[in-house]
Amino acid sequence: MMNGLGIVWQQRGVMLGGLLTTLELSVIGALLAALLGAGIFAALINRARPVRYVAIALVDAMRCVPFMLFCYLLYYGLPSAGVTLDNFTVGIVALSIYHASYMAELLRGAWKELPKDTVDAGIAFGFHGFGLLRIILPPVVITAVPMLGNQFIQIIKDSAFLVIIAVQELTFSANAIQSIYYVPFASFMCAVLCYWALCLIVEGGVKFFSLKTSMQR
Amino acid sequence: MEAGDYLALLTGAWTTLAIAIPAIVMGAPLGLGLALIRWRKLRGLDTAATIVVSLFRATPSVTLVLLIYYAVPQIGIQLPELPAAILTLTLGTMAYTCEIWRGALLAFPVDQYDAAMAMGMTRAMRFRLIVLPQIARASLPALINEMTLLIKVTPAAAVIGLVEITRAAVRIGAETYQPLPPFIVGLVIYVVILGCLVGLQRVCEHRQTRLGAP
Repeated sequence: MMNGLGIVWQQRGVMLGGLLTTLELSVIGALLAALLGAGIFAALINRARPVRYVAIALVDAMRCVPFMLFCYLLYYGLPSAGVTLDNFTVGIVALSIYHASYMAELLRGAWKELPKDTVDAGIAFGFHGFGLLRIILPPVVITAVPMLGNQFIQIIKDSAFLVIIAVQELTFSANAIQSIYYVPFASFMCAVLCYWALCLIVEGGVKFFSLKTSMQR
Repeated sequence: MEAGDYLALLTGAWTTLAIAIPAIVMGAPLGLGLALIRWRKLRGLDTAATIVVSLFRATPSVTLVLLIYYAVPQIGIQLPELPAAILTLTLGTMAYTCEIWRGALLAFPVDQYDAAMAMGMTRAMRFRLIVLPQIARASLPALINEMTLLIKVTPAAAVIGLVEITRAAVRIGAETYQPLPPFIVGLVIYVVILGCLVGLQRVCEHRQTRLGAP
């Protein structure tokens, strides 16, 4: 086993490259998912019934699809639709579209809990559309931060599924080292510990944010 | 797609359930065990349980299944694909259900426990007759929700070669040179399975509100 750790240490460049790709995938994916999610959230609480129903259908559909199947669908489906993207971009697109629905649902959950005074006040002052959304969103996002943090962890974990479309992220790197040197325990354990560290950082960030906001109240 | 392909996808659905059902059946009680350890604040074990839960909640199933499938045989234990996949998802489910059980335990009214003690019940009786029925009822919707999440990570088993729904669809796509139809059919199967679970969850929640449980 010490031998295995030695080999993984020798190959730390490969591991680090994978870790950085995982980080890129999850950060870009999460930011895009949050933006898209805010858009879907606006549709979910829209007063026009058709808009709302389309958004609800989209969110419900996404919640029934396993992420890996969704990846394959995009990976094989996009070229048939005439769009060719490299694997990394497909990964980002898959992560952001898939998790946008979950983000939207989390925002809606937080919105339901909050008093509606700000919305009424905004409407009374003549805000509508995007201007109104700008008033609604900040308190909703602050309330939803712990849930959004959990979703970010889910995005980090789901990025591991991208190994199946050969995106060279952390699990891919661990698997590459494992297949050349046959040190499965050391390489995958190292990957697991990296994922753990990432998740602990996110959890710490959420705690710090909650502390800050509760102190400002 | 031919009739044989549909059959292959249904066989895949069987495999998906054969991974998911044992994982929840074993994972949920293990999670309860961990939750009880944390609830009773057993010294030493408490910290260990917290670390185990944190670690498995952060580990992607794909990575864990590869770790278990390739590393366990190195210590001399033969582990075929199916048990490896079940073990992986059991560990993940254990960590997630631990949090569910713990939430229910923390919300459990202490005065009932004290009352049971005053009636002279032993610790085992208090747990079996007073605590367990109530936390089980309170946790049921969340546990069913966990089951839907579990179904959605079963494709992780495909990376070690188990032919569940997603891998069956990939295979058919590779053979027929038309990847999309099998994926759509696979998707319909997932929607049916998950739809049943969501329906079950709604029924549970409805019955609970009718019975006036918390």
